[in-house]
Amino acid sequence: MSIPAFGDSLIIYLIIAALLFGIGFYGLVHRRTFIGMLIAGELILAGASINFMAFNRFLAPDPTVGQVFTLFIMGIAAAEAAIALSIIIAVYRNFRSIDADDVAELKG
Amino acid sequence: MVPLFSAEGLSSLVFIFIVITTVLGAVIATHSERLIRAVTGLAICFIGVAGLYYYLNSPFLALMEMLIYVGAVCVTIVFAVMLADPNPKSEVGKGSIFTGPLSFSLGILLFWGLSALAGKTAWIPSSGTINDGSLEEVGRSLLTNYSMAFELISLVLLLAIIGALVLARRGRTQTGGES
Repeated sequence: MSIPAFGDSLIIYLIIAALLFGIGFYGLVHRRTFIGMLIAGELILAGASINFMAFNRFLAPDPTVGQVFTLFIMGIAAAEAAIALSIIIAVYRNFRSIDADDVAELKG
Repeated sequence: MVPLFSAEGLSSLVFIFIVITTVLGAVIATHSERLIRAVTGLAICFIGVAGLYYYLNSPFLALMEMLIYVGAVCVTIVFAVMLADPNPKSEVGKGSIFTGPLSFSLGILLFWGLSALAGKTAWIPSSGTINDGSLEEVGRSLLTNYSMAFELISLVLLLAIIGALVLARRGRTQTGGES
């Protein structure tokens, strides 16, 4: 019995990253609450990070670049999640809902 | 092709398991009705992503993924679900044309386009690496080549902390302050 060495080919990682990106985009359009959209956005960022790490492992002459970049993506994603969640809580306090369809009035 | 009962074959098997975990977690995260289940799916997906980082020669980033995403981001989202979604109604289903076949076909189209692009491109592998990509090298390049970005991201995190505090505090100072 034999099995292909899956962990050693660039294209498999790229396909996984594209799949995560597609699922995340689908969720971003399809979800109706803000928290669901935030979760889908995190999936998109994870797909981008996997892409960077795959290029870093297989193509880059300096193997620290992708790791540094992925670390920065993690930091930005953490900041984004904190800000987005506090905005969501502020919106909930004003509208008593986190459904994107209910938050539909503009008032200074 | 490698034989199944060798170190490479077993690691390939574990890799398949990790990929299935990642994709299944992502599907749960986007498709479950309740938000708390979506957060759990997100955590499962991030555990799978940490395994992928391990396969990409970076155990440090695998640990960071577990620590930051599973340990911090998912728990924060759980707190927000607890604070802002006390009586969850049905999440998917009725709505505009965007929820349903259109969003599904958009996701499929994006996935197909990206993977076709990745498959058609002739990637040129690097002829050699200038260091081994270990944690020491990551730290060195973080403090020499990328020190500017490092400082800037510390500023971004500080602003995010202050901004999150200000935003979450507004409307709490006096009772009945909400309009």
